[in-house]
Amino acid sequence: MINGISINYYLLLSTVLFIIGAVGVMARRNSIIIFMCIELMLNAVNLLLVAFSTLHSDANGQVFVFFIMAVAAAEVAVGLAILSMIYRNVKSIDTDLLSNLKN
Amino acid sequence: MIKLVGLVPLFPLIGFLINGFFGKKLNKNLSGVIASSALFLSFILAALIFNELNYSNVKSQIVVLFSWINSGTLQIPFEFLVDPLSSLFLLIITGIGFLIHVYSIGYMSHDEGFSRFFTYLNLFVFFMLLLVLGNNYLIMFVGWEGVGLCSYLLIGFWFKNNAYNNAARKAFVMNRIGDLGFLLGIILVFLTFGSVSYNEIFQKAGTVQTGVITTIALLLFIGAMGKSAQIPLYTWLPDAMAGPTPVSALIHAATMVTAGIYMVVRSNVFYSISEVASETVAVVGVVTALFAATIGLFQNDIKKILAYSTVSQLGLMFLGLGVGAYSSAVFHVTTHAFFKALLFLGAGSVIHAMGGEQDIRKMGGLSGKIKITYVTMLLGTIAISGLPPFSGFFSKDEILAHTYEHSKTLWLLGMIASMLTAFYMFRLIFLTFFGKFRGTHEQEHHLHESPASMTFPLIVLAVFSVFGGLLGLPEFWHLPNWMSHNLESVIIRKNPSTLSHDKEWVLMGLAVAAATTVIYFTYLLFVKNKVLPAEKEDQMKPLQKLIYNKYFIDEIYDAVIRRPLDVLSLVFHKFIDIQIIDGIVNGVGSSVKFMGSGVRLIQRGNIGFYVISMVLGIVLVLLLTFII
Repeated sequence: MINGISINYYLLLSTVLFIIGAVGVMARRNSIIIFMCIELMLNAVNLLLVAFSTLHSDANGQVFVFFIMAVAAAEVAVGLAILSMIYRNVKSIDTDLLSNLKN
Repeated sequence: MIKLVGLVPLFPLIGFLINGFFGKKLNKNLSGVIASSALFLSFILAALIFNELNYSNVKSQIVVLFSWINSGTLQIPFEFLVDPLSSLFLLIITGIGFLIHVYSIGYMSHDEGFSRFFTYLNLFVFFMLLLVLGNNYLIMFVGWEGVGLCSYLLIGFWFKNNAYNNAARKAFVMNRIGDLGFLLGIILVFLTFGSVSYNEIFQKAGTVQTGVITTIALLLFIGAMGKSAQIPLYTWLPDAMAGPTPVSALIHAATMVTAGIYMVVRSNVFYSISEVASETVAVVGVVTALFAATIGLFQNDIKKILAYSTVSQLGLMFLGLGVGAYSSAVFHVTTHAFFKALLFLGAGSVIHAMGGEQDIRKMGGLSGKIKITYVTMLLGTIAISGLPPFSGFFSKDEILAHTYEHSKTLWLLGMIASMLTAFYMFRLIFLTFFGKFRGTHEQEHHLHESPASMTFPLIVLAVFSVFGGLLGLPEFWHLPNWMSHNLESVIIRKNPSTLSHDKEWVLMGLAVAAATTVIYFTYLLFVKNKVLPAEKEDQMKPLQKLIYNKYFIDEIYDAVIRRPLDVLSLVFHKFIDIQIIDGIVNGVGSSVKFMGSGVRLIQRGNIGFYVISMVLGIVLVLLLTFII
């Protein structure tokens, strides 16, 4: 029990968030939305880590979360830079258009 | 001094490194002087070692340099063996090597590859010293291969001429065949005795089955056949005359070709045990001696005559080895080194005077023009023909006396071979130095005696050719035979001569009478009647033609061995290589390509599809892990 809420709810919320993120990545073609969905998945995992960390009174999980957030921040910086470059070249951020290497 | 034996091969190695790395920058004379002085230092040291060993009570001393191969139970130290045999070879190699280096300074002075020549020559001496100094078969093998390499490099020294390159390759391939036998012999020695060190092997040799010893001895002898140019592997030596003349003198007369003799003497324990092996050695030796001597009769190239003479003399040495006269064979190696090096260097001096001409049909009457060369070569010829009291007489007589004891047929064949030697050698002298000059006017003007650096070695070698016989005076004259006493500790089986003194006198008299008759006959033929060798092949009689063409041995080898091999390799190339091996390799490639063309359709470049397949994959893996 964390603050009176059973761990199961945390699990459920985290799973739902993750699935939303995964489906978003799979279904959408807009690069920015795909990007946001990836962040959603990362945060679903973060939530899970924090929940278990509190449950077991073990700080390791929270340390991990900091790492993940730092990496995510770096990833956002790089990813957005790539996105803006793609936009400059293709005038679009639709992922389906990025298939020039296919042939 | 003996402890310093490692320095003997070190000096030529240093000379090799200096000339090899800086030769181009050095001035011509300097690189010759460096190479020669390296040899001179080695010679001084070798002489000191020889002297010390002579007065020492311990006749066989081992000098460990470093531990070489150290792998489990296999321990092979890099050590040198100093005993009467190796120290004698040291003296021959460094002494004659030094003289030939000095000679080369004059002979090669106009050549652009001057420093390269001395580089190879020094490297050769280094490997040759390694060969005779090593205390086990493996070091001997390293030297053995090394001298083969240097021989190849020096035969093909003038590499712009393709015929010379072919001669070099021929020598290398022929030697390889022998080396394979030698290598197999060493492996068998190691398997049998668990060691390759001489003293360990020879102590245990008596306890091993004779069959194994025979196999070892025969395999080692195959190696000796290659290096010392015996039938059937002799054909490379006459072709090896493509190299510069000092090379022919040093490598293909005095030192490298006697490596086979050295090896058989070193392994004399095996040959003493195995009757079959020593009998083979004797027969191969005498057949080679006779065969090569007959080819020498009708050759017209001054160096080719000497080359066949070398093959023939080597055969005579093997005859001596085969009948158990090891010290006599070593004696003949020594005297032969003196007079054959002399003859080659003399021939080089003649070629130098003639401006590169080697055909004795175009020479004649040179005796007045190049006196020193003439006199020294004449002395060498008398020595090789076996007239007393010149050196060749004593060594040849010793071998023939021992052969007579062993088998009268072999003795007769040996006698005929040595009579033929007297014939072709005096034919060479008479055609070259007597009669009228038969070359062009230009050549006649050009005729001149060689520089002092070339005549000095000739004179020194002539002195040794004349007096070298003192090393082994006949024992029944109640004179000290230094050679056989000195080698006593090396040679296991002793067979003191059982011939009566009368018989020995008769044999000696026969040999001298035969040689004198042949020389007189040659004199009548070439000086009195002025017979000249036929200019063209069609003027020859059938037998003469056969011999002039060296019994067509090269052509026979070509037809019997090379052509079938060519056909075989063509079959391997067309069928096995292209069809089967290439088929497999290309088949693997094309099948991967075929499968790839099917699987490629999945990769559409659509990121969404990739993500979906990834998620599905992960879900599948999770399902498999948790549910099943």
